[in-house]
Amino acid sequence: MKQLFTFIRKEFLHVFRDRKTLLMLFGLPIAQIVLFGFALSNEIKDSRIALVDYSKDAVTTRLIGKIEASHYFDIQHTLASADQLNAAFKRGDIKMAVIFPANFGDDLTHTGKATLQIIADGSDPNQATTITNYLQSIVNDYNAELARDAQQPLQIRPEVQMLYNPELRGAPNFVPGVMALVLMLVCTMMTSVAIVKEKELGTMEILLVSPFKPIYIIISKLAPNLLISIVNLFIILILSDIFLDLPVKGSIALLVFCSILFILTSLSIGLLLSINAKTQQAAMMGSLMGMMLPTMLLTGFLFPIENMPFILQALSNLVPSRWYFIIVKRVMLKGLGFSAVWKETLILAAMCFLLFAISLRKFKIRLQ
Amino acid sequence: MKTLYFLLEKEFRQLLRNRQLMRTLLLAPLIQLILLPLAADYTVKDIQIAVTDNDHSPSSQRLIAKITASGYFRLAGYTASYPEALRMVEQDKADLALQIPAHFERDLVRENNKQLYVAINAIEGTKANLGGAYLQSIISDFNDDLRIQWNVPASDTPQVTVTSSNWYNPLLKFPLYMVPAILVTLVTAMVAMQSAFNIVQEKESGTIEQINVTPIKKHIFIIGKMIPFLALGIVLFTMGLLVGRILYGIVPVGSLWVLYGSLIVYLFSMLGLGLLLATYSFTQMQAMSLSFFFINIFNMMSGVFTSVDSMPGWAQTIVATFPPSHFIKIMRMVVLKGSGFSDILPKLGAMALIGLFLNTWAVLNYRKTA
Repeated sequence: MKQLFTFIRKEFLHVFRDRKTLLMLFGLPIAQIVLFGFALSNEIKDSRIALVDYSKDAVTTRLIGKIEASHYFDIQHTLASADQLNAAFKRGDIKMAVIFPANFGDDLTHTGKATLQIIADGSDPNQATTITNYLQSIVNDYNAELARDAQQPLQIRPEVQMLYNPELRGAPNFVPGVMALVLMLVCTMMTSVAIVKEKELGTMEILLVSPFKPIYIIISKLAPNLLISIVNLFIILILSDIFLDLPVKGSIALLVFCSILFILTSLSIGLLLSINAKTQQAAMMGSLMGMMLPTMLLTGFLFPIENMPFILQALSNLVPSRWYFIIVKRVMLKGLGFSAVWKETLILAAMCFLLFAISLRKFKIRLQ
Repeated sequence: MKTLYFLLEKEFRQLLRNRQLMRTLLLAPLIQLILLPLAADYTVKDIQIAVTDNDHSPSSQRLIAKITASGYFRLAGYTASYPEALRMVEQDKADLALQIPAHFERDLVRENNKQLYVAINAIEGTKANLGGAYLQSIISDFNDDLRIQWNVPASDTPQVTVTSSNWYNPLLKFPLYMVPAILVTLVTAMVAMQSAFNIVQEKESGTIEQINVTPIKKHIFIIGKMIPFLALGIVLFTMGLLVGRILYGIVPVGSLWVLYGSLIVYLFSMLGLGLLLATYSFTQMQAMSLSFFFINIFNMMSGVFTSVDSMPGWAQTIVATFPPSHFIKIMRMVVLKGSGFSDILPKLGAMALIGLFLNTWAVLNYRKTA
């Protein structure tokens, strides 16, 4: 036991001596929570659009006024003719053009119907659909104003309530995602590199010939990373409470328990990666390249998993951060208890146990 | 010139000899490029809806049938009370809850208007927005149906209608938008950061001292380190374009010259960053944590997944200093819209400027003395 303690102390010294890495490890979650929390959102606003008004009458002026007042649009140009549109799209100046044909107002008053045309830049499909919908709803609003005096009969009025995130901010979705991403990648990378480094420098041989048990080597390698990650976890939780107004609604103890389980799972992945890698470079590439994009995409905080093709949905089940993300959302944002997350916790625990057992078995006590 | 030639020979040999590394460098991005665009799809479908029907009238049943028949919604279940439906939302079994209150049909006839209650899980913004919008338009359609069926004609008010079309990608296919951007992030992580590791590796193993004591000039050494990764980047990029063409049918509309010209400027700026990070790190661990810091922020902020235009002004200013944000825009413009050289000039200029700045800084900071 005393041996183990000495070795853990050695590993801590290694980690704390490297000030630059340490600074980065703590700087990363801080920078990401602040940057992502404030800057990222799935909402689309301030889209640059162009207006082409061939009619210039009272009706188009009123509609344009409504469009201007919306924070979804940022009117860049009022083009005189639609011929300039292609060039503006190609320069990327605008994302959408709204064209009012000639005699718009006259058509509306005399025939009771007028049609305006929207051309959206379909190269970004999500933005194109969303801003077309926004404009459609502005027009619907206008129609409702026209209809107000007429007193429509039999009106069904849906009353819509946005739960958990009434202002539709991006942060509630991104904070749990960033937590999952940062904890997982930092743990995996640091662990795999720390072990492979000993191999590369040849000091692993010294460790292996010592009377020290292999399991102790592993535990002492994991201990500092576990501690760093737990500190990071608290930094993230405190920052999101102070800056992003996202306190932990549920039980903190439960969240911390699940987080530690998740951290241990990630550490085991790092351990597994280190077994196959011969050089630090290969370990880094494996953890950075192999894990970063899949974790980002398959955790489910950027794109809904249920939309993905079957094979990717199946793959996402193997990504621990996916389950952790669900737990954080339920416990931190919705304030639910253990009964709501026991299934996910169980899956994480099983993954953790399995990965650790495999890497323990495969851990080579000989270099060749 | 001859020195450079020999240095290049050394670098290429070292790079090509490391089979494990080459495999990861070439295969990992390809596999990801094949699989990941499939994951990146914002199209909202199969929204789970929990319904509480306290009315049990023919109208309420018709409304529910209309919602489930729309193709956007899937019935997660009927509940006897609204709180139960809300609990389903809480447990993520449903994305939204709809309550049709008791006496809905009767009150609608008697009082000429009646509320419906909808609650949406708004944690995922896109889904909430679109789900709400779809449901409201179905309800308003249903409203029109009712008026026709009960022979209460809607009063004749003027209506503005909208026709819309989408240029450059009329079917709004998502991979068309994602593949170019994912390719950029893969090239970035593979090539630019690899150059940082490479230099630091020489530092750590001490071989850089051997080069430092030779009469090789600082800039020749740096150019010798950069060219192999530039070449690797171009190879990777070409492979990516081919994958996009074969699997997703993406043929760049614009000129390949513009595309490759921008790629070289981009790689120049990112290799500059890699070099700069290398001059500040002494161990591979440091180089790794530094580059991880940057890559992660680049990936999330450069507009691959979320729109840069929607960010607050200060964030947009920060993002403008990230080379990937410019190159991702250029890629999407040239590949999808066929933008020409003059269209992308401002972005290209910005990238070149950032590259020049980073490289100058790196060269100034690079010391031949260890």
